[in-house]
Amino acid sequence: MAPRKSAAKPNVSAEDLKQYYRDMLLIRRFEEKAGQLYGMGLIGGFCHLYIGQEAVVVGLEAAAEEGDRRITTYRDHGHMLACGMDPNGVMAELTGRAGGYSKGKGGSMHMFSTEKRFYGGHGIVGANVPLGAGLAFADKYLGNDRVTFTYFGDGAANQGQVYETFNMAALWQLPVIFVIENNQYAMGTSQKRSTSTPDIYTRGEAFGIPGEAVDGMDVLAVKAAGEKAVAHCRAGKGPYILEIKTYRYRGHSMSDPAKYRTREEVQKMREEKDAIEHVRELLIAGGHASEDDLKAIDKEIKDVVNKAAEFAKESPEPAVEELWTDIIAETAPQEIQA
Amino acid sequence: MATEILMPALSPTMEEGTLAKWLVKEGDSVKAGDILAEIETDKATMEFEAVDEGTVGRILVAEGSEGVKVNTPIAVLLEEGESAEDIDTASSAPAPEPEPQPAKAPAEAKAPTAPASSSGQVPPTAEPDWPEGTEMQKMTVREALNAAMAEEMRRDETVFIMGEEVAEYQGAYKITQNLLDEFGAKRVIDTPITEHGFAGIGVGASWGGLRPIVEFMTWNFAMQAIDQIINSAAKTLYMSGGQMGSPIVFRGPNGAAARVAAQHSQDYAAWYAQVPGLRVVQPYSAACAKGLLKTAIRDPNPVVFLENEILYGKSFEVPRLDDFTIPFGKAKIWREGTDVTIVSFGIGMTYALEAAEQLAGDGISAEVVDLRTLRPMDTDTVIRSVMKTNRCVTVEEGWPVASIGNHISAVLMQRAFDYLDAPVINCTGKDVPMPYAANLEKLALTSTEEVMDAVRQVTYR
Repeated sequence: MAPRKSAAKPNVSAEDLKQYYRDMLLIRRFEEKAGQLYGMGLIGGFCHLYIGQEAVVVGLEAAAEEGDRRITTYRDHGHMLACGMDPNGVMAELTGRAGGYSKGKGGSMHMFSTEKRFYGGHGIVGANVPLGAGLAFADKYLGNDRVTFTYFGDGAANQGQVYETFNMAALWQLPVIFVIENNQYAMGTSQKRSTSTPDIYTRGEAFGIPGEAVDGMDVLAVKAAGEKAVAHCRAGKGPYILEIKTYRYRGHSMSDPAKYRTREEVQKMREEKDAIEHVRELLIAGGHASEDDLKAIDKEIKDVVNKAAEFAKESPEPAVEELWTDIIAETAPQEIQA
Repeated sequence: MATEILMPALSPTMEEGTLAKWLVKEGDSVKAGDILAEIETDKATMEFEAVDEGTVGRILVAEGSEGVKVNTPIAVLLEEGESAEDIDTASSAPAPEPEPQPAKAPAEAKAPTAPASSSGQVPPTAEPDWPEGTEMQKMTVREALNAAMAEEMRRDETVFIMGEEVAEYQGAYKITQNLLDEFGAKRVIDTPITEHGFAGIGVGASWGGLRPIVEFMTWNFAMQAIDQIINSAAKTLYMSGGQMGSPIVFRGPNGAAARVAAQHSQDYAAWYAQVPGLRVVQPYSAACAKGLLKTAIRDPNPVVFLENEILYGKSFEVPRLDDFTIPFGKAKIWREGTDVTIVSFGIGMTYALEAAEQLAGDGISAEVVDLRTLRPMDTDTVIRSVMKTNRCVTVEEGWPVASIGNHISAVLMQRAFDYLDAPVINCTGKDVPMPYAANLEKLALTSTEEVMDAVRQVTYR
C-alpha cells in the first residue's frame, strides 16, 4: 500500500508516530481478543468493538492535556485504552469479574475512571451528549481551562437532546468538543437512509458552533483537527464540532451479521484506508522504524493483551455481597475538581 | 504451538450453531481479521474472523454440520514453522478444561437479602425533629423552600440552581424569589425550555464537582428528562462500582394543581419511589420542606424532591434554628391515636389530618403518619403504629395501580399480618386521566370523605 498523504502536516516526532502506532495497535489487538473471549462465552451480552476507528481516539488523545475530560457511548473500549486506563481492568470488566473497573457490575458499556477523567461508557444513544456538556459546564463554573471531549456517533447525531445541548453549549460558551464519530452506519441503517443532509459537521451552524469534517483514518489529520478544536475551547470561545469520518470493520455488536453492506466495501476500506497500516507505512518510508522494530512493538502489544485476557479469566466473579453495594452513597463523593 | 479454533458464541443467547461454510481450506495461511467461516447462530448467519495469524492445519468440523456446541474445536491453526504432524501431539494433549461460564451463577449463589430490610421486631420510637422549647416562626412552604436553597447556597459555593424562569422571572411559582439578586447569574441560571437537555447537563455537572439543583417548572415536564434522571443519575454509582455518584437535586411541583387537566396533573411518587439509586422526598409541611431540602442538597445521591403547588401558600410553624435539617427515611407522626393508622405524604396529608379531626368527633381515634420520604421509606414507624391500632388506611393522590398504598399494604401483610384486624384500604386518585370539568376533577381526586369512609370500614363502625 502506498503511503497516503496526511491532510494536514503537523510536526510529529518519530517517537510520537511510534506511540500512535503502538496505541492504535493496542486497541485493535485488544478488541480482537475481546471478540475471541466473547466467542468463548467469557464475555456476555452486548459487546461493541472499535476495530477500524482507532485513529479517532488516538489522534484526539494526542491533542488532549492532563485534566481534560472525556465521555462516550457504548462503543467505549478504545477510548478507555487511549486515555491510559489499564487493559487488565477493562478486560476484566468485559468478563464481569471483580478486577474490572466497575467490579464487574457495569460491563462493556459501563466503565468509568475518575482518575483518568473518563466518565463512561453510556448505553442510551445521545444521552451522553448533555452529560458531556455538563462536565464542561462544571469546568467553566470552577474557572479552569479544561475541555471535555464528548464522543457520539452519526446515529446519535439525530437525537433531539443533541440539539438541546448544542443550543445551551453555545448559549453558555461551554468548553466542549462534540466529536461525531461518523462510521457511516447507525447499527444497520446507512447514513444515507437516516440523515437528511450528509454533512453532520454543519449542524452546529444554526447555533453558531463551528465545525469541520476530518479524515478519521488518518491519525495525524485527527490530531491536527483536535488541536484546533482544543485551542478554540480553551480560549473560551465555546463549543466546537468535529465530524470524524471513520469506519468500523466489525458488525455493530457481536451478534450483528452486517448484511447491510457488502464484504467488498469492508475489504476495500481495510486495504486502502486502514489507519494502522497508514502509520506503519509512514514509519517505514520515513526511515523511523525497521520491520524488526515494528515486529518488536507487535510482540509487546500482544503480550499486554494476552496478559489482560489472562487477568480477566483469573479474576474472580464479584462477591455475592456486591449485589447490594454502591446503590446509595453514604458519604460525599470524592471531590474531583481541577 | 498449534492452537485450536473453537466454535464461537456469536450472540448473547447462542449455545450451539451450524457451521454453514468454510471460507478457508487446509494449508491456507490467514492473518488476524480474515474471515474463516460462516456460522449460523440462533439469530443470523455471521462471519467468523481469525484472531491470530498462521496456517490452517486441519479442519475438524466439516461445513454443513449442525448443532455444533459453542467451544467445540472446529479447526487447528499452525504457527510459523509448524507442520500438520504437530497437530496430533497438540490434540492428544489433555483436552483443555472447559472455560467457566460466568453467565451461569453457581447454584449456591442465592441473592443475599437486602441489608436494609428489617426484622420483625418492634422498631425503636422516632426522635422528634427539633428539641423541645425551640422558638418557632410562621412560614409558608414556599418561603421554607426558598430559605433552604439560600442557606445551602451560602454554605457551599458549588451549589447552583438551573431551570426555566428561575432567575429573572423569580420562579414560575416564586420558589426562587430573590436568589438571582443574592447569588448572581452564575449560580441562578435560566435555561431554555429543554428539560431533557438541561437535566442531562445537570447530571454531568454533578460528576464534574458541582451540586446542582435542577428545577422542573412542574414534574409533568420531567417526563421528557426521565431517562437522564433514572439511567444517568440513579444508576451510575452502581454501574461504576462505587466510583462516581450524582449529587444532584431535581425539584418542582408535583401532582394535581387546580383545573389544569390531564397533562399537568399527575403524581409521580410511585414512579420514582421504585428506582434504586434515587432518594425520593414528598414533604407536607413547611418545616419538613425546609429540613428535607437542606438534607437533599447535601446528600451525595440524586434526590427527586416532589413539591405541591397547592401547599406552596400554606403556613406552618418552622423552628428558628441556624441549621435545621431532617434526615431521610424518618416518618413523622402528626397525631397519635389508638383505633386506626392513616398513612400519607405530601398533599394527601391534608385529607388524612382533616379526616382524623372529624373522626375524633365521632369517637374514633386515628394515628396519622406522614412518610415524608418515599425512598428510603420508614415502614418501621408504620408497622409500630399498626401493631397498636391493628388497622390501616393509606392516602395519596396518585393512581391506584402499583401505588405507594399498595406497597404499604404488601409490607404490612409480610411484617404485621397477625396484627391486622381488617384489610388495608388504599385511598388514591381515580384510575382516570385528570378531567378538566370542576365537578369531575373533584371526583377524580381522593377526599376527606373517602378517607373517613375507609376508616369506618376498617374499624367496622
